[in-house]
Amino acid sequence: MRRRHERLSMDMPVVERTVKVTGEHGLHLRPAEVFSRLAMSFESEIQVVYESVCVDAKSILNMLTLGAAPGAEIRLTARGADAEDAINALAQLIENDFENPQTTRRDADADGAP
Amino acid sequence: MQRLQGIAVSPGVAIGEALVVDNEGFRIPRRFLPRDAVDEELQRLERALNAASAEVERNRDRVQHQLGDEYAAIFSAHLQMLTDRRLREEVADLVRNRHYSPEYAVSRSLRRYAKAFQEIEGEYMSERANDIFDIEKRILRNLLGQRREELSQVTSPVLVLARNLTPSETANLNPQFVLGLATEVGGPGSHTAIVAEGLGIPAVVGIGGFLTDVSGGETVVIDGDQGMVILSPDEETLARYRHEVEEQRSLAAKLEQLRELPAETTSGERIQLLGNIEFPAEVQQCLDRGADGIGLYRTEFLYLGRDDDPSEEAHYAAYSEVAEAMRDHPVVIRTLDLGADKLNTLPDPEDERNPFLGLRSIRLALKNRDLFRKQLRAVLRASAHGNIRLMFPLIATLLELRQAKMVLADAMEDLEEAGVPFDRDMKVGMMVETPAAVVMMDMFVHEVDFFSIGTNDLVQYCLAVDRSNKDVASLYTASDPSVLRLIQMSISAAKKADVPISMCGQMCGNPMYTMLLLGLGLRSMSVTPAAVPEIKRVCRSVSIKQCEKVAKRSLALDSARDVKTYLKEELTKVFPEFPV
Repeated sequence: MRRRHERLSMDMPVVERTVKVTGEHGLHLRPAEVFSRLAMSFESEIQVVYESVCVDAKSILNMLTLGAAPGAEIRLTARGADAEDAINALAQLIENDFENPQTTRRDADADGAP
Repeated sequence: MQRLQGIAVSPGVAIGEALVVDNEGFRIPRRFLPRDAVDEELQRLERALNAASAEVERNRDRVQHQLGDEYAAIFSAHLQMLTDRRLREEVADLVRNRHYSPEYAVSRSLRRYAKAFQEIEGEYMSERANDIFDIEKRILRNLLGQRREELSQVTSPVLVLARNLTPSETANLNPQFVLGLATEVGGPGSHTAIVAEGLGIPAVVGIGGFLTDVSGGETVVIDGDQGMVILSPDEETLARYRHEVEEQRSLAAKLEQLRELPAETTSGERIQLLGNIEFPAEVQQCLDRGADGIGLYRTEFLYLGRDDDPSEEAHYAAYSEVAEAMRDHPVVIRTLDLGADKLNTLPDPEDERNPFLGLRSIRLALKNRDLFRKQLRAVLRASAHGNIRLMFPLIATLLELRQAKMVLADAMEDLEEAGVPFDRDMKVGMMVETPAAVVMMDMFVHEVDFFSIGTNDLVQYCLAVDRSNKDVASLYTASDPSVLRLIQMSISAAKKADVPISMCGQMCGNPMYTMLLLGLGLRSMSVTPAAVPEIKRVCRSVSIKQCEKVAKRSLALDSARDVKTYLKEELTKVFPEFPV
């Protein structure tokens, strides 16, 4: 559960976006599983912040401890070479109610992206 | 420090290392590794995690194939958890830097997550804690493998903390090393309560969920007087409880001196003090404490926690072991005293809205003659090896008693024909535990060789109170004037007909009632082995005349509260230092 600071080059791109969690139970078991699995397919370090708690997006256990209910706004931050792709894909997944993570990564609307 | 309130079911204080028993009876020791073992242990951890992942993967594929994606999702999530890099880092960190054993490290990390889930609002997330326990179990099973430590292999003193101890788990415990018990569920009549009383160790039940807050090996206090369990106690609390344990020890040492002395009143009446047991292993405790015999051998343990009926041989082995160990001393075996809901081999009764008024005990036995006959044959065969007596529970009508005796007569005839030895003069008695039996005592006296008053049920049926129902449990008390009168009636009727009568309920194990019961004319009591010295001490300090006065005065009081207050006062007069 502890946040570990990864040593990453400052030159790496950082992408952030805030998204709203939907679904019946919020970020429950199945969504957390799909989400962390998708996060793991990227090289970037990805963090999720909810109510000032920051966790590793690639850890299903950490994701679950957030207890993000339906309607919760969570902030995604990715740092790494594929940060842009990672945020697009993850945001898309949440917007699609965690359905079909394998679908092609279309370029999502850049709402909230810096 | 965390204080947890439960129900006190067996008095005393115990301090010690926690042994957390989950549903599969795992024991997670907090063991520290020697420095040079760390690398090897990390590899063992890695192997266990990978093996557990492989298991889950196989499950997922199978379920996916048979039931579809929807059902396989849960296994995908478990797999994701098992490969969770944060979890793996945390566990490895505990092993590498704190030198925890992998078992303890896994259990500790996962339980922290379980606790975090339980703290999230909403039922959905708190239920996810069960997923964590599932994974924990899977990893531990792989870690422990053949080395899995059984409860029976405990070799140092521990406090056993469990959700609910099953009969087989209790049977596996080594009483020598169990200092106390605490369970999440259960009430005063629960199996854990009976076993703890039998072992004479402090116990608290009905605490509610707390196992996620404690890891094996941590120091815990069980306060069986206040019904409290204290996790990670601070120094001050520990010191206070250590002092109490010391005091307990010195009282126990005092009582120990009474072992060889008879339970004889100052006016010279010899009182028979017997022990209640549930397992053959408890015989030794009765002998150690100077009991005159076994006044109640509960046979339910033989039936519980199994999927088939115990064989006649299993019954016979247990009964003859007890009979032989007690030699000439009497051993009263009570036949099956359970509800149908507790027996896996019988179908659940269809319309059991009031189990205590339903198909249980002797009624169940009479409806399942084969089951009953098996037990009776075993008791009869064991009677060839000692001084065995047979007792029927929950008799309410003469017809029931006669039916039970008929089944017994049949069993005797069969054995006779087969030429199997047994005691033809085996004494047969009944429990007096329904108000109906008390009222009909003048007729029952002609049909039995002895009686034993079972106060636990008698109080329940007299006052119409279920003591496991916390809303009415406070109404349950043996000191109610109506209960005292039923006891008085029973004793007088038995005495008048010259039929021996004893008592085996919890009431007579409480020193507060000893003078009253002696005063009412009772001369035989059967108590948990641990209570024998204490009750003996009271018997040896009072005269019958004095007790008769106490009884007379008690019967004139009109409320349970007044009776209790009065009896405490009288006991304090005899033993100013007695902890009541």
